[in-house]
Amino acid sequence: MRAPAGASDVRAAQAPARRVLSDFVADPVAVVGLALLCTVVLLALFAPLLSPQDPYDLAQLDIMDARLPPGSPTPSGGTFWLGTDDQGRDMLSAIFYGLRISLAVGAASTVLALLIGLTTGLFAAYAGGRVESAVMRIVDIQLSFPAILIALILIAVLGQGTGKVIAALVTIQWAYYARTVRSAALVEKRKEYVEAARCLALPPLRIVFRHLLPNCLPPLIVVATVQVAAAIALEATLSFLGLGLPITEPSLGLLIANGYQYLLSGKYWISFFPGLALLLTIVSINLCADRLRDVLNPRLQR
Amino acid sequence: MPVYVIRRSLQALVVLFAMSLLVFAGVYAVGNPVDILINPQAEPLERERAIAALGLDKPLWEQYATFLRGAVAGDLGRSFVHSAPALQLILERMPATLELASAAMLIAVALGIPLGLWAGLRPDSVSGRAIMAGSILGFSLPTFWVGLMLIMVFSVMLGVLPSNGRGPTVEVLGVPVSFLTVEGWRHLVMPATNLALFKLALLIRLTRAGTREALLQDYVKFARAKGLSNARVILVHVLRNILIPIVTVIGLEFGSVIAFAIVTESVFAWPGMGKLLIDSINLLDRPVIVAYLLVIVALFIAINLVVDLLYSVLDPRVRLQEARG
Amino acid sequence: MSAPGPLLEVAGLRTHFFTRSGVVKAVDDVSFALARGEVLGLVGESGSGKSITGYSIMGLVDPPGRIVAGSIRLSGRELVGLGHEEMRRLRGNRMAMVFQDPMMTLNPVMRIDRQMTETIRAHERVSAAAARARARAALVAVGIPSPDERLASYPHQFSGGMRQRVAIAIALLNRPDVVIADEPTTALDVTIQGQILHEMQKLTRDAGAALIWITHDLSVVAGLADRIAVMYAGRIVEHGRCADVLSQPAHPYTRGLLDSVPSRNPRGARLRQIPGMTPSLAALPEGCAFRERCPRAGPACAQAPAMQESGGRGVRCHDPLAAVAATAGP
Repeated sequence: MRAPAGASDVRAAQAPARRVLSDFVADPVAVVGLALLCTVVLLALFAPLLSPQDPYDLAQLDIMDARLPPGSPTPSGGTFWLGTDDQGRDMLSAIFYGLRISLAVGAASTVLALLIGLTTGLFAAYAGGRVESAVMRIVDIQLSFPAILIALILIAVLGQGTGKVIAALVTIQWAYYARTVRSAALVEKRKEYVEAARCLALPPLRIVFRHLLPNCLPPLIVVATVQVAAAIALEATLSFLGLGLPITEPSLGLLIANGYQYLLSGKYWISFFPGLALLLTIVSINLCADRLRDVLNPRLQR
Repeated sequence: MPVYVIRRSLQALVVLFAMSLLVFAGVYAVGNPVDILINPQAEPLERERAIAALGLDKPLWEQYATFLRGAVAGDLGRSFVHSAPALQLILERMPATLELASAAMLIAVALGIPLGLWAGLRPDSVSGRAIMAGSILGFSLPTFWVGLMLIMVFSVMLGVLPSNGRGPTVEVLGVPVSFLTVEGWRHLVMPATNLALFKLALLIRLTRAGTREALLQDYVKFARAKGLSNARVILVHVLRNILIPIVTVIGLEFGSVIAFAIVTESVFAWPGMGKLLIDSINLLDRPVIVAYLLVIVALFIAINLVVDLLYSVLDPRVRLQEARG
Repeated sequence: MSAPGPLLEVAGLRTHFFTRSGVVKAVDDVSFALARGEVLGLVGESGSGKSITGYSIMGLVDPPGRIVAGSIRLSGRELVGLGHEEMRRLRGNRMAMVFQDPMMTLNPVMRIDRQMTETIRAHERVSAAAARARARAALVAVGIPSPDERLASYPHQFSGGMRQRVAIAIALLNRPDVVIADEPTTALDVTIQGQILHEMQKLTRDAGAALIWITHDLSVVAGLADRIAVMYAGRIVEHGRCADVLSQPAHPYTRGLLDSVPSRNPRGARLRQIPGMTPSLAALPEGCAFRERCPRAGPACAQAPAMQESGGRGVRCHDPLAAVAATAGP
């Protein structure tokens, strides 16, 4: 009796994943987005291997190379494909390293916020009553203020630094996850199988993790994808305003800010190319998110 | 209707009071108020005197009462940097921000609703798809970078638009505005477009979704069955229905436009309160930060109130509920 | 102007929907004619194409649907292929339609007076005051009390039955020649159903309009229609005078429909149902569409039967229950 039931469980768990994948690749635009995203992630992961120079090894920099336009020759016979910044740093290498930092901060804050939001949302939905309404009220109030405002306030109160930027990004994001999880869990909670599990007096944690959690995942994945992009953009914005990452962690936002002052004298490349990298990263994530939203939406499934 | 207005206004006051409590708790209780309110460069003796003068040695509830009294009287402390009342600094810069935000919202509405309507009426056409692709791009473009690129193209390469500042202003009822002079327009158009981009993408999506939904409704078919022209069916029957959620979102997003103006103002050196906030954070001018916070919260609450009232004017169903409730 | 021919003549009408999963033949070779003042009951299950027939006449078929063949003549004038503007001038003017769900047909954010006067002013140059006076009279005619107050109301302030009366008043505002009623009583309470039914009958008779009453319920048209057309899978399978069809159905499908009307069965007897389900219009089998549910199906049914007409009655069956020619007569 048990074995076949278990086997069908496995099949049921695998089939949706495969269906989601095959639905996902049915849209050529989404495939382009996914390919772009994979490229960006690989570039970031292998930045030290792929970069022509280590942009933060001062021994490799020569101030004589400062602010060279794209395509200029390097002293060692190579080419600065995307030009150099005001310290003679190869922009291509700086962008690869910058991608690394931007993606790491975005991903770290998303994972942390996801864990906090997921726990809070599940807890609120399961607890119900006053606990739930109190948590959701906080979420509602927070979400009624723009993210940039909350981030600036937190930075103003907490001060600056990598940890504090991540803390600010987590504070902004957790509310989205809590709300998503809670609404998905509420729908599931009313269904009969949860009722049945409760009647069987299964321990609450088991009900939450075996039954509520898997059903909250599809909307959560969509929200998380959108939020990674938003977190990366927000970190770049904060860094551009000089309130984000310190100069020791040169993310894309800092690179763009660094080129701001040279823009007016026509040296566009110091700001332009890091911005383009940022744009492509965010667009690729958003394209994937758009497709995921359609694929994971139960109302659109045939 | 007047009863409703009064009741909603009272509710808004309660929320503002609650928010003042939160801001007080955040700035005075969580952070070190001495750091926040007293110039860090002050001499020790001066510090002592300031602590006593600000009443920071008194119990917390008494401090809150003092803070609240000051806030009600419009006294939110003095700026260390500008040595002027913080509230006055904010209010001086508010018209510039409001002008920029209004111009941006106007651009977003004037382009977003027609484009969204078009994309909603022809979802499968090339133009409809192009509009949607553009809106994804609008969501993805980092505002500050687009600002830089606008400066690069229009100020540096083409040299047709100024890259910073507000230009000459003209006083209207004692409020300085830019949009009345050609030079002011030239300064306004780039930052306003930059700030509008994100909301434009949002409005396109919202209008498109609303249009597609409305077109499936029976009342649209019935309106056509009555022999109304397509233009009338779309511009009166469809638009009136989708405008209700759109106006609500426009209203609520206006607050977020004011907040996001912080970024645009920094890029274009637009002398608004957002730029003041960034400068104050960088210079640790904390009273100004607190003042900005309270002002923007009050602004948000006011916007919410106006949107609620507008909503009840637009949707007869809500009006009825209010009359009953 | 009274044309010598019938008021409305539909011949060989085919309306197909070109979807991604194939061509859905929602209306496939439908023909009927309607004289001034006549009431036609168009009967069929949901998905039989009866509503699409109505939309086709009104020129309200939306893409991916399209009239691919046939002709619709109103007072002798061909409507298929007519331009948008000419079609618009006819809609709500010479022909009008009432929909099923009154909660959805009125625009929720517009006042009743505006929704009524715009119907008049879309077709005639009249002053606002004159249009309003006509709207008021129309509300009185459909039995709505205190019309002045009602004109200034919004749809949500009306009950379902009242809203349907308003919709009927709007349909009749410009004294149309043809009114198409698409199950206008289905969504209403039983007590209201009868009232609306009778009022609609009376109003159209007074106005001299022809009425097409679309329904899935044979018992509704029994006391209302002069003639009945039964639709199945996009085709008319049987038509004739109301009394003839109801007393002596010729098509096995009509028989099945009649047997499933509760009031026509003896007390205590089991209600009979038609076995099986309405076939998918995208993948209709060759031959008679009803064959797989038909108790009388034989080898001949693999070929689609043609409509056999005789003396005002017609049946589309190789093996009809009643010889059409024998029962037909003046």
